[in-house]
Amino acid sequence: MAAIFHGVGAAASLSLSPSNSFDSNKSVFSPRRSFSARKGASFAVVRSEGTVNLNLKGRRAQQLISNAVATTADSIDASSSSKPGHELLLFEALQEGLEEEMERDPRVCVMGEDVGHYGGSYKVTKELAKKFGDLRVLDTPIAENSFTGMGIGAAMTGLRPVVEGMNMGFLLLAFNQISNNCGMLHYTSGGQFTIPIVIRGPGGVGRQLGAEHSQRLESYFQSIPGIQMVACSTPYNAKGLMKAAIRSENPVILFEHVLLYNLKERIPDEDYICNLEEAEMVRPGEHVTILTYSRMRYHVMQAAKTLVNKGYDPEVIDIRSLKPFDLYTIGNSVKKTHRVLIVEECMRTGGIGASLTAAITENFNDYLDAPIVCLSSQDVPTPYAGTLEEVTVVQPAQIVTAVEQLCK
Amino acid sequence: MALSYLRSSSSSSANLKLLSSAVSIRRPISTDTTPITVETSVPFTAHQCEAPSRSVETSSSELLNFFRNMALMRRMEIAADSLYKAKLIRGFCHLYDGQEAVASGMEAAITKKDCIITAYRDHCIFMGRGGTLLEVFAELMGRRAGCSKGKGGSMHCYKKDSNFYGGHGIVGAQVPLGCGLAFAQKYSKDETVTFALYGDGAANQGQLFEALNISALWDLPAILVCENNHYGMGTAEWRASKSPAYYKRGDYAPGLKVDGMDVLAVKQACKFAKEHALKNGPIILEMDTYRYHGHSMSDPGSTYRTRDEISGVRQERDPIERVRKLILSHDLATEKELKDIEKEMRKEVDDAIAQAKESPMPEPSELFTNVYAKGLGVESFGADRKEVRATLP
Repeated sequence: MAAIFHGVGAAASLSLSPSNSFDSNKSVFSPRRSFSARKGASFAVVRSEGTVNLNLKGRRAQQLISNAVATTADSIDASSSSKPGHELLLFEALQEGLEEEMERDPRVCVMGEDVGHYGGSYKVTKELAKKFGDLRVLDTPIAENSFTGMGIGAAMTGLRPVVEGMNMGFLLLAFNQISNNCGMLHYTSGGQFTIPIVIRGPGGVGRQLGAEHSQRLESYFQSIPGIQMVACSTPYNAKGLMKAAIRSENPVILFEHVLLYNLKERIPDEDYICNLEEAEMVRPGEHVTILTYSRMRYHVMQAAKTLVNKGYDPEVIDIRSLKPFDLYTIGNSVKKTHRVLIVEECMRTGGIGASLTAAITENFNDYLDAPIVCLSSQDVPTPYAGTLEEVTVVQPAQIVTAVEQLCK
Repeated sequence: MALSYLRSSSSSSANLKLLSSAVSIRRPISTDTTPITVETSVPFTAHQCEAPSRSVETSSSELLNFFRNMALMRRMEIAADSLYKAKLIRGFCHLYDGQEAVASGMEAAITKKDCIITAYRDHCIFMGRGGTLLEVFAELMGRRAGCSKGKGGSMHCYKKDSNFYGGHGIVGAQVPLGCGLAFAQKYSKDETVTFALYGDGAANQGQLFEALNISALWDLPAILVCENNHYGMGTAEWRASKSPAYYKRGDYAPGLKVDGMDVLAVKQACKFAKEHALKNGPIILEMDTYRYHGHSMSDPGSTYRTRDEISGVRQERDPIERVRKLILSHDLATEKELKDIEKEMRKEVDDAIAQAKESPMPEPSELFTNVYAKGLGVESFGADRKEVRATLP
């Protein structure tokens, strides 16, 4: 399916959008506007090259249960437009978002290992080096500590770097830079410097990648004051969050998941962003609030299918914003259902779920009919063997059991 | 006015002055810009590049500026010492006295558009970049009038409008930041350079070499300056570094060893480094300098070195004394005038301290300001916020 998309892109006429400064060196992805320096606010409707498309099926407005298998997903989102859009995979959505922002603002640059000539180890930065050149898409040596530091230094002067960790786990080497310099400089300088950097990369438990390549760093970074953390889960919110993160004046860490890069979805053609602090209502319900994010969203939706058949009505919220939590959306849900189940991929100890449990208990204790149940990964290094790895993370069957227990 | 004794000087302008001073009662000393050529104390040692010449062009006004600035810095640091002992400054306080030549000489060679970033021994460099005494003392005492509104402290002085990027507490972490500044300068085609200062202790940090590698690959205008005061807190350099030739540590990157107590040598080296970095990429400068105080106020500074060593350096190599001798020998000012300048600096410092003591502490609500920058839809909400959708810029 990816091949079809690329084919359409190449075949579509490049003169769809008027571009005065069109460079013949540029790649298949045509510039949607002429490359110009960002001068104040301007909102442009963006046309994609794939508008002449095969089957224009519109979005179904209130689709309740999505197919939870990781290869295809249709996601409902009340805020998406009803215009027919274009279909793409999650990594392409990230690339689109990144490319649009780089065109829009000449200060945006990308730094990371193998992001340039190689095209990115997960193809998120494919073709960008050809289009924008070596000074804007920078291949770094394997030196996370220093290139993250360099990204932060560049951000202090006003550039907007997007630093890619090839795997989130490698960013542990840059922890000092992220914690002390990225998070705290705005405060310790009395507001003189802002750090508009985006740090992104894939994390999470993959398919038998081993312990060191299956890390979930959101739990390590969550206490750092001054940063924002978001986790994307669908092509729609991946593109939206990427764009919002780049435009934000604060340092944002965007967590992607290794197993979600090939999700396909239809997204709108026009320019849109997702609010960085907002949670997403995946499936409204009445009986229990299930809070989740990233890959676990799909496990939850799979469990939700079973639960609906059994007669339960779960409300599923993809929290998206890991720091700060969207306590407004979560609070409204808790006030409605009075039961909370948190399903996360972090480890039990000190994970996002642990903080979220504390936050909900502090703020909404009066509305809870039962103690909060938090399903997280086991507190073990992720083993290599497939059967063991499966048991390390939360599976749909466990979610079903937990809901049944909770709603007794 | 009795003239101070004259040494034979090589430049003819001094002879002219000799004549003119015999006639006039008081000549304008601080605005004279006729060039004077002075030799640095020791020649430069170079690694992978041509050392610049030992003869430095300077002028009467510049020398007097050096004297004035360095005297101010010295006074400020000594005053900070007393304030710390009076418990008005708490926490960490790292003093720069003895190393003033590095800050002053660097400023003379560059513009405010060039960036400087340093570690925690930053008060004097902040002053050199145009900071005021009030800002420093208020920040040290944690008052609102401080350069970082009292929220940073001794180790976090920043001045964005003159491109001073701080002020960093973690040893060595400022060097990758500095290379990032150089990257931004190259990206914006500014034709400016960045000076990333670090100490002999930080010279063993891995991130330094990582950043140097990337800077050399990408041809960034980064100048890494090692302020080698021979002690990393309590550890002497021969115990911490297998190779104490820090200017050679860059290997493929050229380096220059400079007498960091000679302000003119520092100025010459920085000028050379700026031209070099704009053309050829990163260069390392090693400033051979010395600090009189201990590492910080909690370190007496005498357990790992002898008092004789400290007083020896003070006698032979003190940067302010060197400039004083230079001024007197070229008859640019009299002893009394220099003493008056020092008294004036002392008064300025005392006034600033008095003013800083008056300045109020930050409000309690300031605890939560500046954690995040306000921007596109970024508001930190509690449990009961009004619904806000993000707005496009």
